Amino acid sequence: MSVVSSLPGRRGADMLRRAWDSDIAYSFRQSKVTMVAAAVTLVYFVFALFAPWIAPHDPYDLSSVSLMDSFMPPVWEEGGDPRFLLGSDDQGRGILSTIIYGSRISLAVGFASVIFAAVLGVTLGLIAGYAGGAVDAFIMRVAEVQLSFPAILIALLIDGVARGVLGNEAQGDIAYFVIILSIGLSFWVQYARTVRGSCMVEKNKEYVQAARVIGVRPALVVFRHVLPNVLGPVLVIATITLALAIITEATLSFLGVGVPPTSPSLGTMIRIGNDFLFSGEWWITIFPGVALAVLVLAVNLLGDWLRDALNPKLR
Amino acid sequence: MIAFIVRRLLQSLVVMLVVALLAFSMFRFIGDPVNQMVGVDTTEEVRENLRERLGLNDPVSVQFGRFVVNAAQLDFGISYQHKKEVSNLLAERAPATLELAFLSAIFALIVGVPMGVYTGLHRDSWLSKVFLTVSLVGISLPTFLIGILMIFIFSVWLGWLPSFGRGEVVDLGFWSTGLLTVSGWQAAIMPSITLGLFQMTLIMRLVRAEMLEVLRTDYVKFARARGLPNRAVHFGHALKNTLVPVITITGLQLGSIIAFAIITETVFQWPGMGLMFLQAIQTVDIPIMAAYLILIAFIFVVINLIVDILYYVVDPRLRIDRATAAGH
Repeated sequence: MSVVSSLPGRRGADMLRRAWDSDIAYSFRQSKVTMVAAAVTLVYFVFALFAPWIAPHDPYDLSSVSLMDSFMPPVWEEGGDPRFLLGSDDQGRGILSTIIYGSRISLAVGFASVIFAAVLGVTLGLIAGYAGGAVDAFIMRVAEVQLSFPAILIALLIDGVARGVLGNEAQGDIAYFVIILSIGLSFWVQYARTVRGSCMVEKNKEYVQAARVIGVRPALVVFRHVLPNVLGPVLVIATITLALAIITEATLSFLGVGVPPTSPSLGTMIRIGNDFLFSGEWWITIFPGVALAVLVLAVNLLGDWLRDALNPKLR
Repeated sequence: MIAFIVRRLLQSLVVMLVVALLAFSMFRFIGDPVNQMVGVDTTEEVRENLRERLGLNDPVSVQFGRFVVNAAQLDFGISYQHKKEVSNLLAERAPATLELAFLSAIFALIVGVPMGVYTGLHRDSWLSKVFLTVSLVGISLPTFLIGILMIFIFSVWLGWLPSFGRGEVVDLGFWSTGLLTVSGWQAAIMPSITLGLFQMTLIMRLVRAEMLEVLRTDYVKFARARGLPNRAVHFGHALKNTLVPVITITGLQLGSIIAFAIITETVFQWPGMGLMFLQAIQTVDIPIMAAYLILIAFIFVVINLIVDILYYVVDPRLRIDRATAAGH
């Protein structure tokens, strides 16, 4: 290490120390539940990111899957096979591997739809809050109407319409876009409402007026000056809607209108296993179910904590 | 007052028209309705005749007008899949869904309110902590997972309760009820608990928060100072004043219960409207989808309208908070 490169290193250490001492880190260290939740979420992320290296085998690779291995019980039950730690499903896919790959799909779809919803909601909220007038009234009226229907119903409808337009055979890759689109479209309202509120406060502040006076274009004022100042609450909503998005994806997949069964998410696995619950192969449903429940609970707890930690009223 | 109601009515009408337009465009532009009704080997002439008879050659605006008029008379056409009148199909299925929704709302109220009162009165007892943890789990777990876990425990493992269907139903002519037979009640237990669990946790948390608030007020302190027994203070003074928001939230949630019944009905193969709607989505049975969409929208619009008007009557200030109360 040369002298030159140690300087940013010191600064990095400083920043770390300051982050460690900050209010948020303090409230994090105070809450054991949050730390457990964060650890669990982290484990899921790592498993999802490095699935091909962690999973015992690739459940999508048809050459490695054999029907001879189907319906293997978990290792500790009689007849268990050490290759399938948590048993195998009707196609001979190992449950543990499908859970790891399934969490990957659940998280990916969850993140993609949250990002889609956030971009859409923040943009519409900024436009509504900054423009005001008829545009504002129109966007907020639409939001209000949509808010009075449950998100799952809207997602189901969009999915159904897309299915009708594309035809039932349009499975495969398009199915992912359809499901991301339908979940995203059913969650944009929360973002739009929050951002609109803070945008209306921000737009009367001096820095915005100054930017307008020196002739910055409205679009630039909104996205370069207002946007960074309204993003705080968006993070909280994103964490909370991530849990909701994962649940919605799992529900849609469970209902049979979600991701295709060839690359199952956790919800699809639960649906597949549900058919075998009565013939005694409980592990096909119960393990993915527990995996889903733990993931959602952990993300929910993180979201709850983040909301309280960032809420100045509760400090 | 009248002006407000009229404006609200007009807004609701606009919402219904927009939903109808959505349903109509689904009906008209997704696939060819004629293709859905005839076989593959039908001649072009027969198809054209059918097209003319169904009025598909008229201008789109005329068709939409006809669609709205028909929908207002509960005529939604004929299901592609079942080859029967959609309105008859819905009427056949409605009792199952409504009974389920009703039972879950009752369950949510009679379990949620006492739990809320208890956790509000005894904040730090271990039982309160158990209740709160359970409610967190209840909010976090997806509905279908709760249903499956219950089936696993009570049907597969213990074998106490049936896992699907409505049990034996009694046909009253206009209404088929499962509430008059033992097997009907047994079959209803798990679905209504599954469906009502989310509402129960919601009510419990709401009652708890309201109780904590109310117990700090002066009139409760005054009631205590008068030497009234705890029971009278807690239930006569405190609980009574928490019930207004509870009732409104329950009312608003009624629509959500009917919508969430789609999931519960699928898990338990409960023969209601939700299950039919889901099957319609899978088979792209547009008339059923359109009819269900309009029906649900109508229920939501009516509930919201009633709540809005009630709020306006009770307290104009509350109107501003209404939207947040309706949200999830």
